[in-house]
Amino acid sequence: MHEMSITISMMETVKHSMIEHGLKQLKRLRIRVGALTAVEPQSLIFCFEIYVQGTPMEGATLEIENMPLMSKCRGCKKEFRIDEFYYDCPYCNSSSVENISGHELDIVSMEGE
Amino acid sequence: MHDILIEKKILSRNNQIAVENRKTLKEKGIFSINVVSSPGSGKTTLIEKTIELLKDQVGLAVIEGDIQTDIDARRISRYDIPVRQITTGKACHLDAHMIHHTLPWLFEQDKTQILVIENVGNMVCPAEYDLGEDLMVAVISVTEGDEKPLKYPAIFYTSDVLLINKIDLLEYTDFNIERATKNSLKINPNLKIFQVSSKTGTGIKDWCDFLMNEYNMKNAK
Repeated sequence: MHEMSITISMMETVKHSMIEHGLKQLKRLRIRVGALTAVEPQSLIFCFEIYVQGTPMEGATLEIENMPLMSKCRGCKKEFRIDEFYYDCPYCNSSSVENISGHELDIVSMEGE
Repeated sequence: MHDILIEKKILSRNNQIAVENRKTLKEKGIFSINVVSSPGSGKTTLIEKTIELLKDQVGLAVIEGDIQTDIDARRISRYDIPVRQITTGKACHLDAHMIHHTLPWLFEQDKTQILVIENVGNMVCPAEYDLGEDLMVAVISVTEGDEKPLKYPAIFYTSDVLLINKIDLLEYTDFNIERATKNSLKINPNLKIFQVSSKTGTGIKDWCDFLMNEYNMKNAK
């Protein structure tokens, strides 16, 4: 369980951004978590709620956008979702594909006052 | 109240330090590997076998990561090569910062050419933390399940090499090598896979030859 250290890293960045934008109170934080990261969104929410207690971030909502594993075919250029790690293009059967999502661990944006 | 865009990697600080580690190690001509597995796959013994085979050819140093104790570092120190233990306290993985703090020690040692970092035994968390290594080496053993790659895809996706260990025990288990290989390559088609046994020595030379080749190729660049 490393979601706490992930939370700490995340909140360090958020704290800096809050200072930078003169925010006194955080209301909402949006992040992106890819399907192929070793991070469990529910644990992250749990850690976030503990972390923010007694800070100017208390009461803020953590919104997680879960990103599916997606690929793009280098041949026909179509995008498709990967299920059960079957990477071949469902449109033209090419195995030359590149991952376009599923590995995100990003802070997207925040709201506050 | 409006949305303020941040758009930063959550682990951007770790990633920045990893980039610095990679750069500093490269400047010193040191090739590094990060060995990851669940507890009990045989990482430490595999590292010992690698040392036995390579210590006369190349300058080696080891960083041992464990939650508690310096038992592994004491094991490695019998080989008369530089070894440093990092105890993470309660953290389930090494991070780039911990390695960064160990580099001054490393640079005081004589002619290190390959640095072996043994991560904390954990199949989940080390996947997210780049240490600045050149190669990530995952280890599984045949006494575990052959569905492990599907259960822990992140670590197989980020690794460059997979060592399937304890193959001398294969006949006593239901582990299906073909299935394990297929599952691993499904997640990461670029994974270089070796079947090894620390006990009998099977495959250790192939793995060590590969490692030396990677080291030489990096140095030639």
